[in-house]
Amino acid sequence: MIVLRRLASALPSLVGVIIVTFLLTRALPGDPAAYFAGPAATPQAVEEIRHKLGLDRSLPAQFIDYLRALAHGDFGNSVSTGQPVAHELLTRLPASAELTFVALFLSISIAVPLGIAAATRQGSWVDHACRIVTTAGVSLPVFFTGLLLIYVLYYLLGWAPAPLGRLDIFVSAPNFHTGFYLIDSLVDGDLETFRAALAQIALPAFSRAVFSLAPLARVTRASMLAALGSDFVRTARASGLSRRRVVYVYAFRNAVLPVITTMGMVFSFLLGANVLIEKVFVWPGIGSYAIEALIASDYAPVQGFVLTMASLYVLLNLAIDVIYGIVDPRVRISA
Amino acid sequence: MLSENPVTSFAFGLFSFFVLCALFGPVVAPYNPLASDTAQALRAPSLAHLFGTDQLGRDIFSRVVVATRLDLGIAVTAVALAFGVGTLMGLCAGYFGGWTDRIIGRIVDTIMAFPLFILAMGIVAALGNTLANIVYATAIINLPIYARLARTEANVRREAGFVEAARLCGNSEARIVLTQLLPNIMPLMMVQVSLTLGYAILNAAGLSFIGLGVRPPTAEWGIMVAEGASNIVSGEWWVALFPGLVLMAAVFCFNLMGDGLRDMVDPRRRT
Repeated sequence: MIVLRRLASALPSLVGVIIVTFLLTRALPGDPAAYFAGPAATPQAVEEIRHKLGLDRSLPAQFIDYLRALAHGDFGNSVSTGQPVAHELLTRLPASAELTFVALFLSISIAVPLGIAAATRQGSWVDHACRIVTTAGVSLPVFFTGLLLIYVLYYLLGWAPAPLGRLDIFVSAPNFHTGFYLIDSLVDGDLETFRAALAQIALPAFSRAVFSLAPLARVTRASMLAALGSDFVRTARASGLSRRRVVYVYAFRNAVLPVITTMGMVFSFLLGANVLIEKVFVWPGIGSYAIEALIASDYAPVQGFVLTMASLYVLLNLAIDVIYGIVDPRVRISA
Repeated sequence: MLSENPVTSFAFGLFSFFVLCALFGPVVAPYNPLASDTAQALRAPSLAHLFGTDQLGRDIFSRVVVATRLDLGIAVTAVALAFGVGTLMGLCAGYFGGWTDRIIGRIVDTIMAFPLFILAMGIVAALGNTLANIVYATAIINLPIYARLARTEANVRREAGFVEAARLCGNSEARIVLTQLLPNIMPLMMVQVSLTLGYAILNAAGLSFIGLGVRPPTAEWGIMVAEGASNIVSGEWWVALFPGLVLMAAVFCFNLMGDGLRDMVDPRRRT
């Protein structure tokens, strides 16, 4: 029931996203028909293409066509490759998703313990380290962090493999199960491929994690401080509960709510950084697909990419809302 | 106030340094930032070329210094636009409420429904790959922050004594918003300006890194890092490192300044 209500509240955002993406396609500078026809086309040919694309019809009629195409999973065709955009996005999505999830996992598993440690030992070196990480983390351009890591760990130390995609060229890709190489290779029981995939994903995932862990660590620290200073923690301490129990059960359970809310912002960072990191590490995901299309002035893939990312973001925010409701019983009662 | 916090005064010092670079960069740069000299290509940092030279033999130090004006210019213009339009939208939404609030709220929510960097990419791709569109895109994605903050603050103050008094004196609604509410929320908004400037620089540099907006051979930090990216794997670290470090320092400086300003203006939010 709650899930349904939250789903309904996400609908306006989704509608907004679709309208904006539609308007962006139609706001192309100049005449799209002339653009698609090429510079040598005759006026008749341009007119023909305009009719074929439906550009001679009214804006609302075009919008309905657009919706109909979307409902059929038709994102248009790429001009430079002639391939349907939806197919290309779908085959490349697992690469991006895998990278995003590994980065998210890394960033949570560094940021939350760091924030807790900083809050429980206020003023200690951990606290200062936390402050430096949070301020420096948001200031680091994510593409620059990636390049620095490549220079130090690949060029200087030789620990990391060449930053060229998801797998070393001498390792064959695992059989398709989920599209996530880390999971697929484990399903196949192929530890060598797993290790190769892990080595490839480590640097790009870490550079993204550095960027996104800053807001998480900052919020964890602040909300843990607030929770540790509250009456119920004082009472729990006075009742003689162990320090571990007070910190992790009493304080942390309450402090985790603002952390979940911040996840929305973290996802906005992660999905945006996607594009930059995929360019740096030649990662065959949807971000690098969009960049290739941008350079070729190929609009359908870019619009499809923006729409996909925005829809994913709306869904992720929805998931965050649902998790929030599960963690915080008060939300369920008031709803 | 500044002497109490050495970190904030350091940030202000760094900021003045960047402003000086932006103003006098072209004058102090030792070389022409666009002049290539293939005989001197890819030289490591030395006394003649403090930051080394790139693949065309251009002096990286001069390019980094000259780029300050463009990078700060993009960020300042975009933030000024976002600040002006966003604050006004938020003030109207918070003060008038009702339909104004609902419509403005819907616009802001729609912008927020996108991952922001990706929305900026989409806008630039659709409107055309020009410098002006980079500025507009950066302004649009920063708009919601100002609109939301101004809305909350205006909403709290709409029934305040000084607003009632101004109304009784016969001031028009527009006058109340502009001469009573706006000055009152100004300190909070300035904190946000400083914080978003850093984000705007990152955003603009990110867009030019993927080939949008500013084009080579123009000197710009994001492009310079992109140009140096291919040299990293062959060991010429200085081509990407120096522009990247300066970009980082600029963002860091604005973030520190914003944090410092917030501590002064609103001690409750200190973290």
